[in-house]
Amino acid sequence: MSKSIRTAPRRGLGLSLLAAVVALAFGSSACATDITGAGSSFVYPVISKWSAGYAEKTGNHVNYQSIGSGGGIAQIKAGTVDFGASDMPLDEATLAKFGLGQFPDVIGGIVPAFNVQGVAPGKLVLDGATLADIYLGKIVHWNDPAIARLNPGLKLPDAKITVVHRSDGSGTTFNFSDYLSKVSAEWKSKVGEGTAVNWPTGIGGKGNEGVSAYIKQIPNSLGYVEYAYALQNHIGYALMKNAAGKVVKPMTASFQAAAATADWAHAKNFNLLMTNAPGADAWPITATSWVIMYKQPKNEANTKVAFDFFKWAYEHGQEQARSLDYVPLPDSLVQQIENYWKTEYKQ
Amino acid sequence: MSSIPATTEPVDVDRRSRTDARHDALFRLLLKACALLVLAALLGAALSTLWGGREVLFGHGLHFLASDAWNPVTDDYGALAPIFGTLVTSLIALVLAVPTSFGIALFLTEIAPAWLRGPVATAIELLASIPSIIYGMWGLFVFVPFMSRIEPALNDTLGRIPLVGKLFQGPPIGLGLLTAGIVLAVMILPFICSVMREVFRTVPTRLKESSYALGSTTWEVVWDIVLPYTRSAVIGGIFLGLGRALGETMAVTFVLGNSYNITSSLLMPGTSISSSIANEFNEAVGTHRSALIALGFLLFVVTFVVLLIARLMLRRLARREGN
Amino acid sequence: MAAVHTRRRVVNVVALTLSGCATLLGLVFLAWILWVTLKNGLGAIDWKLFSKITAYADQGGLSNAIVGSLVMDAIALLICAPVGVLAGAFLAEYAHRSKLGATIRFLNDILLSAPSIVLGLFVYVIVVLPMSNLTHGAVSFSGLAGSIALALIGLPVIVRTTDEMLQLVPGTLREAALSLGIPQWKMTVQVLMRAATSGIVTGVLLALARLAGETAPLLFTAFGNNFMAWHPLDKMESLPVAIYQYTNDPNPALHAIAWAGALLITLFVLTLSLLTRLLFSRKKVPHE
Repeated sequence: MSKSIRTAPRRGLGLSLLAAVVALAFGSSACATDITGAGSSFVYPVISKWSAGYAEKTGNHVNYQSIGSGGGIAQIKAGTVDFGASDMPLDEATLAKFGLGQFPDVIGGIVPAFNVQGVAPGKLVLDGATLADIYLGKIVHWNDPAIARLNPGLKLPDAKITVVHRSDGSGTTFNFSDYLSKVSAEWKSKVGEGTAVNWPTGIGGKGNEGVSAYIKQIPNSLGYVEYAYALQNHIGYALMKNAAGKVVKPMTASFQAAAATADWAHAKNFNLLMTNAPGADAWPITATSWVIMYKQPKNEANTKVAFDFFKWAYEHGQEQARSLDYVPLPDSLVQQIENYWKTEYKQ
Repeated sequence: MSSIPATTEPVDVDRRSRTDARHDALFRLLLKACALLVLAALLGAALSTLWGGREVLFGHGLHFLASDAWNPVTDDYGALAPIFGTLVTSLIALVLAVPTSFGIALFLTEIAPAWLRGPVATAIELLASIPSIIYGMWGLFVFVPFMSRIEPALNDTLGRIPLVGKLFQGPPIGLGLLTAGIVLAVMILPFICSVMREVFRTVPTRLKESSYALGSTTWEVVWDIVLPYTRSAVIGGIFLGLGRALGETMAVTFVLGNSYNITSSLLMPGTSISSSIANEFNEAVGTHRSALIALGFLLFVVTFVVLLIARLMLRRLARREGN
Repeated sequence: MAAVHTRRRVVNVVALTLSGCATLLGLVFLAWILWVTLKNGLGAIDWKLFSKITAYADQGGLSNAIVGSLVMDAIALLICAPVGVLAGAFLAEYAHRSKLGATIRFLNDILLSAPSIVLGLFVYVIVVLPMSNLTHGAVSFSGLAGSIALALIGLPVIVRTTDEMLQLVPGTLREAALSLGIPQWKMTVQVLMRAATSGIVTGVLLALARLAGETAPLLFTAFGNNFMAWHPLDKMESLPVAIYQYTNDPNPALHAIAWAGALLITLFVLTLSLLTRLLFSRKKVPHE
């Protein structure tokens, strides 16, 4: 009955209680082998898997949360996490200003996905210009000559294309729109690239699950999703004609071809996007994300563990990445990253 | 013998009333402190959005309020489309949820047999305990396909009516303002209904009995006795629901279609303030982030204005009744 | 006369029928949503859900998320229930017609609709960042910060309902109590709050229902933790955050776990609401 009254002095004591709790936390933080990372949701499945394997091996806990690339960048700047992960590389000026360095972690692909009655997954072929025109709202029907020319012998319906895009800001959208900017001047001038853009047409689904649900539900729709998502959830994907003019299938080999033909050696701080890569077998919408860390560590013990974690991941985490339909970095790139650590991070 | 208590008792009473007064003052202070904490929380939250969104709010000024553009690439932001979507979906939700909640509350307090009231009331309240992300997933995977089957029929029936017909014409893709409004209505229904049911039960039985004795029907008792008696609390419950509808995020995001449009049709996709924030915040940096926080501030303003209008309307209503 | 009588009866029957239909509609939606949740989540509910942690996602466990949610929801309720009930009592009993009361009431309604992500950011600024600076990064995101953000979400619901429920306690009860010489605080706590218990508890449950499903404010406050954490100053996982992460994961097996997590939240709130109802229905004080 007078319960609410009795809580009053208790809350008065709240402050001293809080102080006691803080003191307690300091006591427990002595065994701090827990490190924290935050950012991109694109790499979340892989880093989680690595984290589990690394914990079994070393007992150190790597706690990674996908709060988004923007969040990851903000948190590393605020010093609340030990590493950030972003789907967009930071530019030279920002890195220098905050004393940060960055390096890629894993590779994934983005695939156009569609739902057209009578057209089997992997049977539809698109190229960059056509894809851009569809997303610009210039190509509105499936039997448009531009699509028909790429798909001789395929019977496409005289139906409107329902364009689906991501509604949430995402690295997937960033790489997709970057690709369209590279292959279509009109897209570049009218829309441009970003984690979220001003879409000329179409409906927005939240996350991979939103986009794929719309594609599955709405007949004659076209969208884009992460390769791992399309594969594991059986969503019909299209083939692409790449920069070399060759029709390629989205798969580990074509993603790795894109990573291998990208000119990493001349990209300072690995500031390079792999979209529209030149290789003959390269998948044109291949993406990576970057780990961002301080060059002068705020917390040396944690930073050391973080480096150890990524070193372990490059060496032992490849199988796990593959099992999740991501592609490990090519050996040459790993070599460059380890050199970068030596020169930039002064370990 | 009787003189002893006569001298000691007044002292006791005096001391007791003094302690009482002190306790009363303390109690009042405690209560006031708690109330002021609510005040501080709101002002703090509002000011932090004002601060976080200052770049866009003060830098872009009127353009931010009056434009319907939303282009993160060129950093050109206008809040008109999200504001429009927020207001329209909340309005649809209220129009659907208020009468339904009233009906349920009426059923639970006046019609249902006693053994049925508890279980049904708990069931309806359970609607409130479903996490909003589940409303979103259910909306996305189940309700949107359902609506896409219904929408052609809407086009052919309601869509044919002159004037209002325009509201119900559009592509049958299942998502859009109407779908979001319906999902919101289901979400806020238990909030409005719980409050209505609770307050309906507080109406003194003798008031109702007197009315019944005069030959009133159940409906008349509820409409003429129960509702006026509880009006303020019922409106409080509706505000509770409205508040939730205006700020709801996850459920709306999955079914609204998320396109920065202002359309005359309820079947077209739109966007809302909170879903824009939830969608883009995680990946946003710089001006984009500022614009989203500024949107958060605008939601405070929109809510303020909506509530103000509601209050003014109520006051006018009360005055008319007073005459 | 007869026509009027018939019309009144027709109106009555129509209104009562519609009210029955409304109830049915509400129940249909509930059954529909629960059915979908059950269908999708039941397959993932087994002992592993309660024994394994989210770090090993493919083992199908949510135990650290369950613990985190329980701890944070409990602390959040401990903060917002007393504050909310007392603030509501202040509005109803001491500031019923005052300007301050009207202002707070109005602002409270606005707080109700504040987007939860904004409240999360606010707590990030006033709790997480200062903590991080104070402890040089040893404590930054924490379950406590998450609880405070959740408390801010539950608070206005409790204030609103307590205020309304106390106002509805008949004035005669107040007069009777005061005429017996009871001090006002005793009257408020022992008579009025008791009379309004059922309503106030409903408010607290509504608040719990609302805060138990929140994701957005937790990302920037409790952060999440793939490993088990009990300490409120550790980074903490929660069911809504785990659901949020799992639904966007490519692996369809994790989608089922996400549904199972949602089912857990719903069942948790249901159980609590049934328990409290059982507890308080015996003590109920009739109004007449």
